Amino acid sequence: MDAILFLVFAFIAVACGINVVLQRHPINSALSLIGVMGSLAVLYLLLGGEFIAAAQIIVYAGAVMVLFLFVIMLLNAGRERTQTVPWVVRLLGPPALILFVSALGVIAYRLLPYRDLVRFGGFTRGGAADVGRPLLTTYVLPFEVTTVAILVAIVGAVLLARKEGGE
Amino acid sequence: MNGVPLAWYLTLSVILFSLGAAGFLIRRSLLTMLMCVELMLNAVNLSFVAFAYRLQQVDGHIFAFFVMVIAAAEAAVGLAIVLALFRYRAAVEADEVGMLRL
Repeated sequence: MDAILFLVFAFIAVACGINVVLQRHPINSALSLIGVMGSLAVLYLLLGGEFIAAAQIIVYAGAVMVLFLFVIMLLNAGRERTQTVPWVVRLLGPPALILFVSALGVIAYRLLPYRDLVRFGGFTRGGAADVGRPLLTTYVLPFEVTTVAILVAIVGAVLLARKEGGE
Repeated sequence: MNGVPLAWYLTLSVILFSLGAAGFLIRRSLLTMLMCVELMLNAVNLSFVAFAYRLQQVDGHIFAFFVMVIAAAEAAVGLAIVLALFRYRAAVEADEVGMLRL
């Protein structure tokens, strides 16, 4: 059952990921990216991360992607006009990509024994309370710094997107 | 109830990260490039959560949470920059913004 769920959602994630890269129109890429994020949320649940799965859906698939779709529609961005991939990239890109993936895959298989099995329910400390307590005790300083970073980002976004000269 | 090897999760993470990196390099639309950055961040989050399972510690989830929050901030600022570029230069593709000054 675990293997079936993993394979189904991993397949969806990879297919949507390929679609993100290959689609010419930003809207299609954005909708495929929502598919990737949704299937990753299911995989987080399989790994016992209930809070992080909910945050994935709310923050990523909800807030960030709505922002993306909003900007795509605001700019009325169509298909990419220029598509000039240099021949060096065409020639060396796919082999380099395959080499990179296989090298990291081999490292993953070497470092982690095959018997390290992930079972649903094997990690039960991923709930909101279990994540929230260390977040506000051990990691309270990074947490507060993050809030400042968010504030700076909001002010910067408003400043950048504001109409010049309009009061 | 049989499980899934942890290496499968990391391999999926590697594949998604590589897709994001490749898309960032070959796409020319600024919006799609930002989306590919989000794809890479998601792939790293998956490996964080997978290692949290392996080590039976919740710290990986907290790092994934921080990555998520900073990614949201990054998306807001990045999209504001794209909006400003569109307003000043009518540019939505990376090749059109080769100059630093507006």
